[in-house]
Amino acid sequence: MSEMAPNATIDVVIKQDQSVGPWREAWRSFKKSKAALVGAVIVAFFILLAIVGPFFVPEGINDQVLKNRLQPPSAEHWFGTDDFGRDIFSRVVHGARISLWVGFSSVIGSVVVGSMLGIIAGYYGRWIDTIISRIFDIMLAFPSILLAIAVVSILGPSLQNALIAIAIINVPNFGRLIRSKVLSIKQEEYITSAKAIGMKDARILFSHILPNSMTPVIVQGTLAVASAIIEAAALGFLGLGAEAPTPEWGKMLADARIYLINAPWTMIFPGLAIMLTVLGFNLMGDGLRDALDPKMKN
Amino acid sequence: MTEPLLKVKGLKKYFPIRQGVLGKVSGQVKAVDDVSFYVNEGETLGIVGESGCGKSTTGRMLMRLLEPTEGSIEFDGKLLSDLSKEEMRKARREIQMVFQDPYASLNPRHSIGKILEEPLVVHGIGDVKERKKKVNEFLEIVGLSSYHARRYPHQFSGGQRQRIGIARALMTNPKLIIADEPVSALDVSIQAQVLNLMQDLQKDLKLTYIFIAHDLGVVRHISDRVGVMYLGKMVELADSESLYSKPLHPYSKALLSAVPVPDPNFTREQILITGDIPSPSNPPAGCTFHTRCPFKMDICSKTVPVLKEVEKGHSVACHLYNEQGQQ
Repeated sequence: MSEMAPNATIDVVIKQDQSVGPWREAWRSFKKSKAALVGAVIVAFFILLAIVGPFFVPEGINDQVLKNRLQPPSAEHWFGTDDFGRDIFSRVVHGARISLWVGFSSVIGSVVVGSMLGIIAGYYGRWIDTIISRIFDIMLAFPSILLAIAVVSILGPSLQNALIAIAIINVPNFGRLIRSKVLSIKQEEYITSAKAIGMKDARILFSHILPNSMTPVIVQGTLAVASAIIEAAALGFLGLGAEAPTPEWGKMLADARIYLINAPWTMIFPGLAIMLTVLGFNLMGDGLRDALDPKMKN
Repeated sequence: MTEPLLKVKGLKKYFPIRQGVLGKVSGQVKAVDDVSFYVNEGETLGIVGESGCGKSTTGRMLMRLLEPTEGSIEFDGKLLSDLSKEEMRKARREIQMVFQDPYASLNPRHSIGKILEEPLVVHGIGDVKERKKKVNEFLEIVGLSSYHARRYPHQFSGGQRQRIGIARALMTNPKLIIADEPVSALDVSIQAQVLNLMQDLQKDLKLTYIFIAHDLGVVRHISDRVGVMYLGKMVELADSESLYSKPLHPYSKALLSAVPVPDPNFTREQILITGDIPSPSNPPAGCTFHTRCPFKMDICSKTVPVLKEVEKGHSVACHLYNEQGQQ
């Protein structure tokens, strides 16, 4: 607040007179970053697209019109058509629903499992910590996409299994993050004071330690949605994710790669969709990090 | 005389030093080594000593935030050291703690109202309305206003936060408050305000304090009796007046002679001690102070002196005052 002009400071002081929670404060500093706002807008756009888009698309995702194969973009087919004469625009819009679903649900899955394990490891320590941490180490020793491929080959290729695989490979990342945060928060004096008041372990864990360790998880989670979308696309591209008619972006890329020279639009639009979504999540994640990360103001 | 509110006997805390992959115990840090004292209801016991002498560890053991290695703690007729974890949790209603760092001891994500209400919720005291009322009442008592309840810790200054910390400790109507360096993080003018507040509260609410500090002036101001700790042991325990006017233990003498006096013409006998405080993982044999003591005798490096009452209400652990009485 020190670099602000004097009258701006007065303005802030007046505003601060109302109770300002830590979350509102974070939102205030998030708003200041243009890049973060752009990211948030992109993410919001894709979320909206995923929810309502499929109701408004011109054609069904699997409507094959073979005489219209590989048409370039036109007024009728905004993004052109693919090798079966399907409207790529409709498929990309549908793909948003699939990709965001995979991104969000796999990240939520890994956050929930990772936080539980991380909290237990960090709070109780000793041998529990050793066991959980070594399991994380083993999982992190594999390249993540390789581990995902291994999981999918065990479970069998399908979109749902790809989602589970992505969730599993991200668990150690969140687990470690939470564990380290819990370790440091456990030493804070307000945790000692919570014990001194006579609080039970469960209350200390869920009402004090967990909320205070969530900020890095929110940041990491946003960034992880982006990488989960890429991983899902990669698995789809390798034929280990979504199956044939599903309009998953990675799968669409894979199917279109033989037409790259003759009908580039078949690849460009799903590729752009992946890029934009990932960019949006990354920008938003960076903004969140800047808004939440600086030490809680004293 | 009535029974003391708190009786501590032979309290010890040894921290194991672990080494290697398997965590073999290779030694012990004797943070607190055989400390005994008592506190009467309504009085203030000050505990002073330099950093690392075990005074905070002692405070934390009284609440069993740290488990004592050995020793008994009797509070209000109950043996705290024998209670189960759950019983101890409930007993904490009667003993509360004020912490050193007001910036770290309040959860930054909770509003003041929530922070103050929490002890009541935890111990199941009152309903929502009563709790709210009590929060407002105690905010006023410590010199804040009820509208502060909606604010968050970062919106307060250090002194205000420490008032909140004190209010939180008072919420459950405890009998004993352990104040672990409650003013050392504050600047001098605020220190005085907080100390006066604590004294007023003591009078109004009939509180008993254990006041841990390293600032001798502050301790003198607030304490009825003072214990001096050195390297995990209580070396002297006396009425505030008699300790400050006539310290017996060479360490206490040295400490007191180091207190600055606001009078440039004042001269006095300076007792300078040399060397550093020895490591508590390997304390000297006999009297732990003998390595730095200007009055060292042969016996000091062999036998551990016990804390003995040499005058009424004045105990000291030093061979200089053995058997033959005073020198």
